[in-house]
Amino acid sequence: MNEKRIISYQQAISEALTQEMERDPRVFVYGLDVADHKASFGSVAGLVKKFGPKRIFSTPMSEDSLMGFGIGAALNGLRPVNIHIRVEFLLLAMNQLINIASSLRYGSNGKLSVPLVIRVIIGRGWGQGYQHSKSLQSFFAHIPGLKVIMPTTPYDVKGMLTSAIRDNNPVVCLEHRWLYWTEGHVPEESYTVPIGQSRILRKGSDVTIVTTSWMNVEAHDAANILKKRGVSLEIIDPRTISPLDDLPIINSVNKTGHCIVADYDWLNCGFSAEVSARLSEKCFSKLKSPVTRIGFAPTPCPTTRPLENLFYPNAVSIIRAVEEKLKLKKADLSKEKFHTWENKFKGPF
Amino acid sequence: MGLQAILFPDMVSASKSSKTKASATVKMALHKNDLSSETRLLLYKKMYLSRKTEEKIQAEDKNDEMKTPMHMSMGGEAIAVGVYMALGERAQVFSTYRNHAIYLAATEDSEGFLAELYGKSTGPGGGKAGSMHMANPEKGVIFSSAVVSTNISPALGVAFANRQLGNDKIAVTFFGDGAVDEGVFWESINLACLWKLPVLFVYEDNGLAIHTSTAIRHSYNNLAAIVEKFGCHTIEYGGTDVEEIFRLTTSALQHLKSGPVLMSLKYYRYLEHVGVNEDFKAGYRPKEELLRWQKIDPVDTQRARLVKLGLEDEVIKLEKEVSKNVEKALRLAKTAPFPKAKELYSGIYYERKKNN
Repeated sequence: MNEKRIISYQQAISEALTQEMERDPRVFVYGLDVADHKASFGSVAGLVKKFGPKRIFSTPMSEDSLMGFGIGAALNGLRPVNIHIRVEFLLLAMNQLINIASSLRYGSNGKLSVPLVIRVIIGRGWGQGYQHSKSLQSFFAHIPGLKVIMPTTPYDVKGMLTSAIRDNNPVVCLEHRWLYWTEGHVPEESYTVPIGQSRILRKGSDVTIVTTSWMNVEAHDAANILKKRGVSLEIIDPRTISPLDDLPIINSVNKTGHCIVADYDWLNCGFSAEVSARLSEKCFSKLKSPVTRIGFAPTPCPTTRPLENLFYPNAVSIIRAVEEKLKLKKADLSKEKFHTWENKFKGPF
Repeated sequence: MGLQAILFPDMVSASKSSKTKASATVKMALHKNDLSSETRLLLYKKMYLSRKTEEKIQAEDKNDEMKTPMHMSMGGEAIAVGVYMALGERAQVFSTYRNHAIYLAATEDSEGFLAELYGKSTGPGGGKAGSMHMANPEKGVIFSSAVVSTNISPALGVAFANRQLGNDKIAVTFFGDGAVDEGVFWESINLACLWKLPVLFVYEDNGLAIHTSTAIRHSYNNLAAIVEKFGCHTIEYGGTDVEEIFRLTTSALQHLKSGPVLMSLKYYRYLEHVGVNEDFKAGYRPKEELLRWQKIDPVDTQRARLVKLGLEDEVIKLEKEVSKNVEKALRLAKTAPFPKAKELYSGIYYERKKNN
């Protein structure tokens, strides 16, 4: 076993799928173009060759019917993984997801279960515009009966996707397109990371940052820069949006007294609002400042780069929020280097 | 070799579609003697159970104890019973909010059924399902959906799994002429035909989506003719004879081995869209229609046949038995306990038992 084995997020996904498909013959993968030469951005690379077209196959452009198809297959003992290459495409299947998949266990008085995994990719950059960029985790998390996960690291995506496939509930797994290139330590053998467990990504003492998906990368940059000024951020990645494990967040805020929720989504009625509300309920007396929320501009996502740059928050937004919260002077950030794939990602998709 | 052949090699040699001419077969059926008395009586018993139970619901309506929107099956019993009897325990049923007849045909469980309508813990859904989601997966009614067309596509996945798992179950989805207005019906027909999925599509055409007739909703007249172009085997029948529907469904079984079958069946909805009363005063359809269809009422038709066949004693016996059971079921439903408060939070997620 190589403790230091480093692989990418997309490799971690395909490794999880491969290992689960080997372990359990009931697992199969389907969706628009999943069996083509691009292999869902590499995340199902090698599966067609290894498992053949009965276990992984491309489908007609019929998201609505195919979500029902997956539900039916799951009800009858298979374990489908349905891939949507953008969140927007999944919206065509909301009826089945929200009216059927989420509710069958409850409505059948516990007789049915729907072990269905819905992998969804969040797009960004190079003109993705308002129909290739949504994340909508709050939207899915609003529905009782669905589990919603948003793994950030290669380690987490492998372990959480494995958990999702073994879970007897419908699980929506939201994967950011830019995270596909991130690399990290991932054990070769199969393992699980439990759904419903927040993770402290970075220990700190001054301000708690609760952050999701790509915003973890921005928060990490912000933390490195602020560290040089003696400010210490504690970064918590909930990883699971629903059901939310809020205890580590509450414990952290009780310690720091300050919290910024940097969610990769819109603010209005969003996950950031949910976290803020819980902190208000559970940490009110320990809060030294109001909870700050950072998220998308309250607009549809624009296509052109200058406007798109304004639409997305980033490490600078977090740094400025920390400075305001701690009443620090605005630092000169012109010499700082930030993570971005905007130069790497040349599109088109 | 196309992708189809690679995916499902055993399914490539699908049979060509054929159509059963309804009018001719109806006349013939009256003289057919291919069914045992036992089968004929059971067909009647299941229809009688549905009719009797719904009449009981109507009689009890004034007490306002069943607080669940009811879409009554009255008039359509022959479809539910004829189809279910041909499939038997192999059936995995996906139904709509108009599910009373199919639920009772599959389960004969008037106790659970009425308990569910009364919102009691002894119902198959523990009171969480009510009339619109009446189901009991253990007895073959997997679920019932109240959103039109939503119970169609899950049947495809069930059929796919049945084939993968090599069992002999049959996925059957019931839907009305409103459901085919939805895009997902056409997506599902395409998928089922493309992948040769053994799904039985039962199109229950009563000519109305809520109160709006097909005449002002459909640009076409014959759904089966269109579906045939996808490569689906179709069966059309416009009558109310339960034995004929039983025979036609039996004939569908052979075709289901090589792909989907769509049965296009007609019936008349006796009552309002939702609720237990007639609504002919509303003016969207004339009562003469009802009177015309009642002359070929499915329950009466089968009873008359059985009497003619010399089975009147058996008929009277089973009617007494069914009535007694429904009375008992009603009594039990009324006195059964409501679910406990903790039930509100149970069953949202599947949770592994602690020592598991």
